Amino acid sequence: MTPSRAIDAFARRHRYHPLEALPWLAAVASYFIFPDYLALGAQILATILFALSADLVLGYAGIVTLGHAAFLGTGAYTAGILAAHGWGEPFTGILAGSVAAAFLGFLSGLVVLRTTGLALLMQTLVVATLVAEAANKASFITGGDDGLQGMEVWPIFGWFRFDLFGRTSYAYCLALLFLGWLIARQIVHSPFGRSLIGIRENVRRMHAIGAPVARRRLTIYTISAALAGVSGALIAQTTQFVSLSFLSLERSGTVLIMLIIGGVGRLYGAFIGVPLYMIAQNRFSEIDPVYWYFWIGLLMVLVVVFARGGVLGLFDRFRR
Amino acid sequence: MNTPALETRGLRKSFGALTVANAVDFRLEHGARHALIGPNGAGKTTFVELVTGALQASAGQIHLDGADITHLPQAARVKRGLVRTFQITALFRRLSVLENVTLAVCERQGVGGGLFRPAGRHRGAIEEAHALLEQLGLEVEALRPVNLLAYGRQRLVEIAVSLALSPKVLLLDEPAAGVPSGESGAIIKVIERLPSDIALLIIEHDMDLVFRLAQRITVLVQGSVLVEGPLEAIAMDPEVRRVYLGERVPR
Repeated sequence: MTPSRAIDAFARRHRYHPLEALPWLAAVASYFIFPDYLALGAQILATILFALSADLVLGYAGIVTLGHAAFLGTGAYTAGILAAHGWGEPFTGILAGSVAAAFLGFLSGLVVLRTTGLALLMQTLVVATLVAEAANKASFITGGDDGLQGMEVWPIFGWFRFDLFGRTSYAYCLALLFLGWLIARQIVHSPFGRSLIGIRENVRRMHAIGAPVARRRLTIYTISAALAGVSGALIAQTTQFVSLSFLSLERSGTVLIMLIIGGVGRLYGAFIGVPLYMIAQNRFSEIDPVYWYFWIGLLMVLVVVFARGGVLGLFDRFRR
Repeated sequence: MNTPALETRGLRKSFGALTVANAVDFRLEHGARHALIGPNGAGKTTFVELVTGALQASAGQIHLDGADITHLPQAARVKRGLVRTFQITALFRRLSVLENVTLAVCERQGVGGGLFRPAGRHRGAIEEAHALLEQLGLEVEALRPVNLLAYGRQRLVEIAVSLALSPKVLLLDEPAAGVPSGESGAIIKVIERLPSDIALLIIEHDMDLVFRLAQRITVLVQGSVLVEGPLEAIAMDPEVRRVYLGERVPR
């Protein structure tokens, strides 16, 4: 191989591949093909953003977390409380939710990221539990167990009202997911993003080449929390409701399951795993309202046994 | 007396009652070819970890080119040109050879935390990494993931990564450990050809390799320096032969 060929191959990697247009074409097409399911579609799009944010920490930096819902919930409650107290402008609500989640990510990251592995896992769980309990106790502002009532979200740009069919919600979520994806993509192809992979692959080596590992981990944890906050604010605004379940362990766990089904550390795992999981959940719960969780579990077992690396991992195998 | 490239004074490390480095005084001159030998468990790798900052010393000082680096974090020592390799290959196994080296170049250039320009547009860093691969005869494997390389080749990548950091002092922790004898020749050749302004400290078990590469030897036994001197003197030292070389007499 001539030197320039190896260098060029390396230097071209961040360019857009035609296949990367696929999720966006599918999302736009779905708007027209499934007009009755736009409300579900909006939830899927917002949740993809949540899974994408989890992929940045788990898939790229190798930070295992069972507390990512803390950031989702913080974003949701921030946007929700604003909308319930007279400030329903959607974009500033998103921004506020994102900043609040990033702030929590930074502060908790300072503490929990000092550890790795199982200890880290437990500490992320602790942070999420603390936040959930705080939201429960502060029922005068969060509504506690009853959930946050009375959100009033203003029309987007003062013009597009959130309609019953979810058309506005769908387009709104799609636009913000696209923005979030652009940011995440930029990050994973940057030297910073590559260094995160280095930290995941071999942290001792990263120290030995002089990388400030702790700072890098804290940075991505904060960015990821900010994106999760956007996702939470989106869900809150489009459903006009926030409950304690946003902060639950189940949320933190489910997002990991969705990611694993799609494929971890690949940026696009979220785009496959989340729709697959949420559509399956929607279908199964209609067909079998009592035992639908069993079928989800079965799906998960099949993925773990036959498709390690998720659905995207399967494609890798065919390509070889 | 001129300042040495690297110096430790009274370096000590203990874990509870166990002392793994006991008042180690050590000098590494500029451009030196120096070997650190000693039986298993003598504290050789601990010494490397202390000097590079992976472990914090319990007492004593470490000076790099005259500057006290005892309390600097590991990353800062690397930035000053104090670089190590690992006894057991520590690379980014699923990344390509070229990317392994490029990551190191990016860190040295201070762009490793950059967010706004894709890694592929740091062409200078990629080209520099590739030039290093050519220099070490690794360019054919530039795009292969490291874990698909033969172990001897991985050891070369390990050296390439450390060279990407422009070391002034390079600590080679058993550079040929675990490599089949047929492949160690290439590694020795690469080490012999390293620029003479790099001060080399080779931590080694293989005495053939030590006698080929080193001009001075420090013998470490149970965390203390037993003796230090030029190659020939150490080879003849009866005490060294007793505790370390056993009956093996170098050629």
